[in-house]
Amino acid sequence: MSDSQTGFTPNSRDIDISKTVKMQVSATDKIISTVIYILFSLFAFICVYPFYSIIINTISANDLSAKGEIIFWPKGIHFQNYVDVFKIPGLGNAFVISLGRTVIGTLLTVGASAFLGFMFAQEDMWGKKFWYRFTIITMFFNAGIIPWYLTMRSLHLTDNFLAYILPSVVAPFFIILVKTFVEATPKELQQAASIDGAGIFTIFYKVILPISKPILATVAIFSAVNQWNSFQDTLLLVTDSKLYSLQFILYNYINQASSLSTMVNLQNAGSTAMATLATKQTSTSIRMTVTIIVVAPILLVYPIFQRFFVKGIIIGAVKG
Amino acid sequence: MVLLAVFAYYPLYGWVYAFFDYTPPIPLSQSPFVGFKWFHSLVENQVKIDQLLQVIKNTFGISGLGILFSWLPMLFAIFLTEIKAVRFRKFIQTVTTLPNFISWVLVYSLAFSMFSSEGMVNGFLHMTGLSDSPVLFLQSSDHVWLTMWFWATWKTLGWSAILYIAAIMGIDESLYEAAYVDGATRMQVIRHVVLPSMMPTYFVLLMLQIASFLNNGLEQYFVFQNAFNKDTIQVLDLYVYNLAMGGGSYSVSVAISMLKSLISVVLLFSVNGLSKLLRGEGIV
Repeated sequence: MSDSQTGFTPNSRDIDISKTVKMQVSATDKIISTVIYILFSLFAFICVYPFYSIIINTISANDLSAKGEIIFWPKGIHFQNYVDVFKIPGLGNAFVISLGRTVIGTLLTVGASAFLGFMFAQEDMWGKKFWYRFTIITMFFNAGIIPWYLTMRSLHLTDNFLAYILPSVVAPFFIILVKTFVEATPKELQQAASIDGAGIFTIFYKVILPISKPILATVAIFSAVNQWNSFQDTLLLVTDSKLYSLQFILYNYINQASSLSTMVNLQNAGSTAMATLATKQTSTSIRMTVTIIVVAPILLVYPIFQRFFVKGIIIGAVKG
Repeated sequence: MVLLAVFAYYPLYGWVYAFFDYTPPIPLSQSPFVGFKWFHSLVENQVKIDQLLQVIKNTFGISGLGILFSWLPMLFAIFLTEIKAVRFRKFIQTVTTLPNFISWVLVYSLAFSMFSSEGMVNGFLHMTGLSDSPVLFLQSSDHVWLTMWFWATWKTLGWSAILYIAAIMGIDESLYEAAYVDGATRMQVIRHVVLPSMMPTYFVLLMLQIASFLNNGLEQYFVFQNAFNKDTIQVLDLYVYNLAMGGGSYSVSVAISMLKSLISVVLLFSVNGLSKLLRGEGIV
């Protein structure tokens, strides 16, 4: 397995976790090393192969992939699947919903985490201990799915776009991350600003926000991934198909893809003459193509941000 | 704070539903108060007792497997940091954390593509002549706990290891030097230097895992459930969901939710107390 095959390039500017001490290498050490290499390569293969195999299946001849015959490389390459899948009604709308909740939700969550994390890092915050506990305890304790659902319903947050956004704005874990980060910054910065006559909001906005970029990037990417991946809230709260998210649509497709392929093929029959066997939609091809569309943003964004959030988590873990 | 109060604390009020005979269109104020009827109904006849026992067994089985193998991420981190080829190590780390960032729906979609009766694994078995009839990996009720454990591990192993990698980075360099000066081999260094330094991290995480023993989460089991594996995959969270959303029995499921949350809190505080007793510091 090479880098070019998977599309991932390891980043050499990552944190170096090797210990620099020289050591004598014995025969047993060599055997152990070899075993380590083999096991890790194997696990890496298991992690990546499912993604790779779905990608090659979506661009292969659909009759072959429906029989499960595409295993190592694509056969009969074509891109009709991606063209056809966008003709499925509702998919574009779901894309807009997923994108919308990701963007809006992430902005609000980052803002709230930054401000609350900053407040909790202040020595003299009013009732700090109580409010901090009040926040943290929700990580361990909740009423349960159904009481939560009934609450959302009594607040009229079912079939409402706000239901995707509001519950996740205040996230204790992110607040801890920001708090730890802010506490690690030099106190003098804030003191100097307050001597210059800056109020608490000015300090937050002018001093803390600019230096907190790395941790806020971490929070942003986590919260964006959460929003994009979220499935349970649609499942529980939404019956209106206009508010379906991509994840929910995909789940439905896995369970009822055969009827969809008939639908797409009927639509196609009108426009193009007769689709050949290789490009004719099958339930497998639709399911896999939608999977790729849903997973693509993560695959694209992930290698860029991986360096950031690993660092962010390590900072948080070492300090807190 | 208001948001937190509304979305984390206000739902507790929903517990009152457990004490009423509530059917959806009729508002709670007009529903009859039934006291502990629903709690009794959980154990009123043998069929229900058996069902609940099976659900509890599943919850314990799946959580138990997770706790049994909770040292895997630590091992993963230790051996990963032993790899000297920087590029290879970075590559492994990047690739193995990837599954953590996709949703359970996507995991299920991948699983379905690989292991369904028309999936690639069966296609491969058929092509190579290893098996004539498709193997029903997903529609079988055998080994569900194990497969669920496998998918959870696949998804989270690389990611969970990051905390331990952080812990390894925090180890004092002089400890290594001292060990090498004393002529320690690699395995001895791991045993006497790395492993002891990891123990505090391991214990904290283990305690947290035990505290959330009953909370398997819903999504994974929801997406993987089907008519064939329903009996062995229903953990408490899924059972509660199926009761309410499938059967419309809100009151019963709220009653179970409530018991579950209360037991979780008791678990959390006992584990916290135990941790204070053993290590002199708590986790909350």
